Amino acid sequence: MLFLTCPNCGVAAEETEFHGGGEAHIKRFSDGSDDKQFTGYLFDKKNPRGVLFERWRHVYGCGQWFHAARCSATLEIFGTYSAQSIEPPEAIIKAVRKKRPDWKAKS
Amino acid sequence: MSHRIEKAGSLIDRSKPKNFTFNGKNLSGFQGDTLASALLANGQTLIGRSFKYHRPRGVVSSGAEEPNALMNIGESPTFEPNQRATTTELFDGLVAKSQNHWPSLEFDIGAINNRFSKFLPAGFYYKTFMYPRWAWKHVFEPIIRNSAGLGNAPQQADADRYEYFYAYVDVLVIGGGSAGLQAAIAAGESGAKVLLLEQTAHAGGRALVDAAGVDPLLKQLKNMANVTIRTRTMGAGIYDHGYVLGYERVSDHKPGSNQLRHRLWRIRAKRIVTATGAIERTLNFSGNDIPGVMLASAVRDYVSLWGVVPGKSTVIVTNNDDAYRTAITLFNSGQKVAAILDARPNGGGPLAQKATALGIRVLNGKAIKKVLGKKSVTGVIVCDQSDENSPAEIILCDCVAMSGGWSPVVHLWSHCGGKLNWDTENAMFVPDKTRPPTNHNGQGFVIAAGAASGALWHNAGLQDAVQAGRQAADEAGFTPSEKVAATAAAQSDSPMLAVWSMPSDASYSLRSKTWLDFQNDVKVSDVQLAAQEGYESVEHTKRYTTLGMATDQGKLSNINGLAVLADSLNADIPDVGTTTFRPPYTPISIGSIAGEARGPLFKPTRKSPIDAWQDANHAVWEPVADWRRPYVYRHSGETTPQAVIREINATRNSLGLLDASTLGKILVKGPDAGKFLDLIYTNMMSTLKQSRCRYGLMCNENGFLFDDGVVVRTGKDEFLCHTTSGGSDNVHAWMEEWLQTEWWDLKVYTANVTEQFAQIAVVGPNARRVLEKLGSLDVSDGALPFMGYTEGKLAGIWARLFRISFSGELSFEIAVPANQGQELWDKLLDAGAEFNITPYGTEALHVMRAEKGFVMIGDETDGTVIPQDLGLGWAVSKKKTDFLGKRAQQRRHMVDQNRKQLVGLYTLDSDYVLPDCCHAVEDGKIIGHVSSSYFSPTLGRSIAMALIKGGAGRMGQILNFVIDGKEVQAKVVDPVFYDKEGARQNV
Amino acid sequence: MSEFKRISADGEVTISQPTLNGMVTIRADLTDEKTVTAIEQITGMALPSQRKITGDLIRGLAWMSPDELMVFCDDPETMTTQLNSALSGAFLVADVSHARAVFLLQGDGTREVLAKGAPVDLSPEAFTLGDFRRTRMGQVAVAFCMTSQSPDSFGLICFSSVQEFMFEWLVTACKKGSLPAYL
Repeated sequence: MLFLTCPNCGVAAEETEFHGGGEAHIKRFSDGSDDKQFTGYLFDKKNPRGVLFERWRHVYGCGQWFHAARCSATLEIFGTYSAQSIEPPEAIIKAVRKKRPDWKAKS
Repeated sequence: MSHRIEKAGSLIDRSKPKNFTFNGKNLSGFQGDTLASALLANGQTLIGRSFKYHRPRGVVSSGAEEPNALMNIGESPTFEPNQRATTTELFDGLVAKSQNHWPSLEFDIGAINNRFSKFLPAGFYYKTFMYPRWAWKHVFEPIIRNSAGLGNAPQQADADRYEYFYAYVDVLVIGGGSAGLQAAIAAGESGAKVLLLEQTAHAGGRALVDAAGVDPLLKQLKNMANVTIRTRTMGAGIYDHGYVLGYERVSDHKPGSNQLRHRLWRIRAKRIVTATGAIERTLNFSGNDIPGVMLASAVRDYVSLWGVVPGKSTVIVTNNDDAYRTAITLFNSGQKVAAILDARPNGGGPLAQKATALGIRVLNGKAIKKVLGKKSVTGVIVCDQSDENSPAEIILCDCVAMSGGWSPVVHLWSHCGGKLNWDTENAMFVPDKTRPPTNHNGQGFVIAAGAASGALWHNAGLQDAVQAGRQAADEAGFTPSEKVAATAAAQSDSPMLAVWSMPSDASYSLRSKTWLDFQNDVKVSDVQLAAQEGYESVEHTKRYTTLGMATDQGKLSNINGLAVLADSLNADIPDVGTTTFRPPYTPISIGSIAGEARGPLFKPTRKSPIDAWQDANHAVWEPVADWRRPYVYRHSGETTPQAVIREINATRNSLGLLDASTLGKILVKGPDAGKFLDLIYTNMMSTLKQSRCRYGLMCNENGFLFDDGVVVRTGKDEFLCHTTSGGSDNVHAWMEEWLQTEWWDLKVYTANVTEQFAQIAVVGPNARRVLEKLGSLDVSDGALPFMGYTEGKLAGIWARLFRISFSGELSFEIAVPANQGQELWDKLLDAGAEFNITPYGTEALHVMRAEKGFVMIGDETDGTVIPQDLGLGWAVSKKKTDFLGKRAQQRRHMVDQNRKQLVGLYTLDSDYVLPDCCHAVEDGKIIGHVSSSYFSPTLGRSIAMALIKGGAGRMGQILNFVIDGKEVQAKVVDPVFYDKEGARQNV
Repeated sequence: MSEFKRISADGEVTISQPTLNGMVTIRADLTDEKTVTAIEQITGMALPSQRKITGDLIRGLAWMSPDELMVFCDDPETMTTQLNSALSGAFLVADVSHARAVFLLQGDGTREVLAKGAPVDLSPEAFTLGDFRRTRMGQVAVAFCMTSQSPDSFGLICFSSVQEFMFEWLVTACKKGSLPAYL
């Protein structure tokens, strides 16, 4: 069972306080988008083996959303950060690179 | 015949006898006994029957690894099957029964399986019971179920209590043997908070028998306030990120009524030291399962710890030096050691010399060819280890003490991914310290110590434990003390010899009576057969033969099984690999997993502020999401349908009262509130005028409708959004999700105020009159028109009034602070008495809304329905450039005219009510289903709503519904069955 | 009306539920000085830092999330009115006194009672006076804080619809002889 630190209230707590929200940094497509863009937004998720960025909500806590950078293979958490970001912040990317020098961000 | 001796027994207190029964027989033992030691003391060698062949079985071990001595313990309602006698502490009044036999342990019909064992080889289920197909269910399975199996299932609800406990520590040590205690000291000296778990009732482990005990270690620990020892608490499993389950058996040893039985510790540790010791292996010789054949270390334990000699004359068979300790212990206790058979051609080291010096007969290079005896050992046939056909000798004995070497308990190390190496010298898997399980920081968080890390000898184990404790403290952020040092005399044993078959050239007839897995009855020949049939993967072989799949998870059998498989495949053991070690280490009670969540605490039930009145007034409860709501108020003499009809008629004709408190209420406020709600709802909310209400729909990004409710503009930039009863938390979370993760630039705040208000719907032609009686507020149509909102004092209570209707009648929903809900309810009942005011439940609500053609989320929607399907296109804005679900609703499939659409149905037989969810069938294909179906007292006939392919174009058609093989016909009609113009609500 | 709605004194810890409890939720930008000054002035209490409470669950100001506070007071109606008129811009103030139930727990075993249901480190080193923690108690969303020591006193809030369940849960967790004597 994971142990996560909520960046909003600073608490380090077990997974039962949180609820996973799937992949982070998905660009929303709405009215005016073509079918490919829209189905990509709705259905095409990355699900990589290795470094991933995902959304979490501190449901049994401050109620706030945040993002986590995590390794799907080892479950290592590289860091958690604000949900109000459209891409992983520099510090998080640096933390990932430190542990996974070979990692390349794929778009 | 007592097997208790006077001299030894460090754990028992002879001044405290304990009485118990075994299969109805009155027996006694002492305080400190286990059930196993007490049974052996009473000469009870036969303690159960095996799983498949019903062979007689006896106690093999003295601890958690025991495969045979499983008992039914206790009596209803605290009865529990499959309890290991070796880990069951004896108490006064203990009731134990052996398992898996009929009619009795001594004479068991099922033992006939043993004679037919050649017909029950590995995989016999798969091979034998294939045809005819029907026979499996009706013949084979019932027979197998009857003959196989272990204990009985309990017949009554468990009377005991169970709880969780959360603990956070710096260093958790699992295992209270000398290594665990030493590691705890080494870690504790740094100031780290240390918790040590020991599964038995006392610390010490093997040091109580094979070394000078652990008193000095315990004395040191006593002075360390930061170290806690929990006995009777097993480290059951290690999970991701330092999570550990500890299983504390609080009162198994002193049962009583209604007390806490097991406590499940949910521990988070920065570092975990697994000092779980090692388990002795069996040797593979014919008849190694006959009662009286035991592990050498267990024989030694019974003598030293409990003063019990399992046999009067013991043969020891070994491939290592350690078993000589058993011989010496027996000798020193005045017991006869008939012989020591050492499989090594050149025998053992100093311990062997000592045994020889004591005059014990030691035979090197010898093996047991076969054990003699049926229900107990009567002797052994001895041959050369290298030659089955060498001249044989019969040695009479009633106990065989075997030792095939030791396996470190690597289970907990492995649970979360710790890797293993094969140690060829000692023929055992040991933790690979360079590849531990890793935590959330990517660091190893488990450190094996002592015998569990492969340091089998006492001195080496202590040294290893000091290192482990220091490392754990260091990595947990503390500075380890240099002053801790282990002291114990070094030992020098001769190397062991890996022996996987005894004798090495054992023939099939021997191998087919040589047991690997005692609990699941898997023999050497079974594993060899599996290999021969092509099972190369150890995981497949395990499942095919059921090796290691019993409740003991193969603690004794796995390595032997692997070795036999490797041998059959001509592979090396490390190449064959191990099966996966999974938690829990030994079975834990289901009760401990459930914790306190049973009976009234099983799941929280949400209750409305008017719940107590409803409960006292004949409410028939219905769960609505986590709430309970009255389905109907059933008066005496009424059936439920009669009561529903009474409630509907009273409401339509005069006045009804509904507790609508469970409806979700979410406050949305801020300069951008209107803009935000335009995105959340399909229709336009920003244009809503103050003090006005508007029905709104919420869709997800797939376009599917998931919640609905009335939105009220309560201020310039403040809205109150009503949701369904089940939807309030979801909708609030949904709004926050979009605000926090997508539209964080919007200046909007939300608050879920659902439970702040009691909400009461006053419904019916006399609704206005009863409110007028309560005074002060102007509720005339002019002052408060349909879909209007006002607030003020009503009956002296500050209230919010919404003129909205879910029944089609003149209707007001009144929200008051929750704690005043009952007061308003009472005042309404008083004032409404002259109008026959009638509280109604959810069923009347459902029927009345269906009569009006109003949809219900969860009835007319199922996660695949868009508003347009329900004829709610009018509530989907065409002007807005964006709202959640808009783009999806433009997808090709969503605008298909042949989608399922909402229709009304009149059955041709007007008294017949279609069952919910029944299917409409056309040309042999399903074209839709009934979503709501009721008998309408208002219309005096049955009505239904259905989702039918192309339903909008089918008005007037007759559809066929197939119900229990018969066709029922219904006509497609407008889903608004009653008062289409809305004349009744607009008064 | 009695002072307590529910009370249980025969377990390891005394549990009581006050009949009246005033609570007002505030959502606003708590980095805005003007907003903070107004809140401190009206409540008469200092802004608590992250996961802290000023005062207790009878009179206090608790940190709920980066943009959310909870005021505990005697007169929530006046508090709501005053805050509504003092704050400006984007904010939300609402009386939620009826939406939540308060339980007061007193006795030296309280830490262990709470640790039976909350996945929180409740050891004296980790959880101290003034700490305010939103979490779960078994299956129920709660928040609790430590309000005094010797004997230990804690306050706990949950939603009012589950107050009966929560009380029953606490009474069960307080059964005599059921504490592990660990913390």
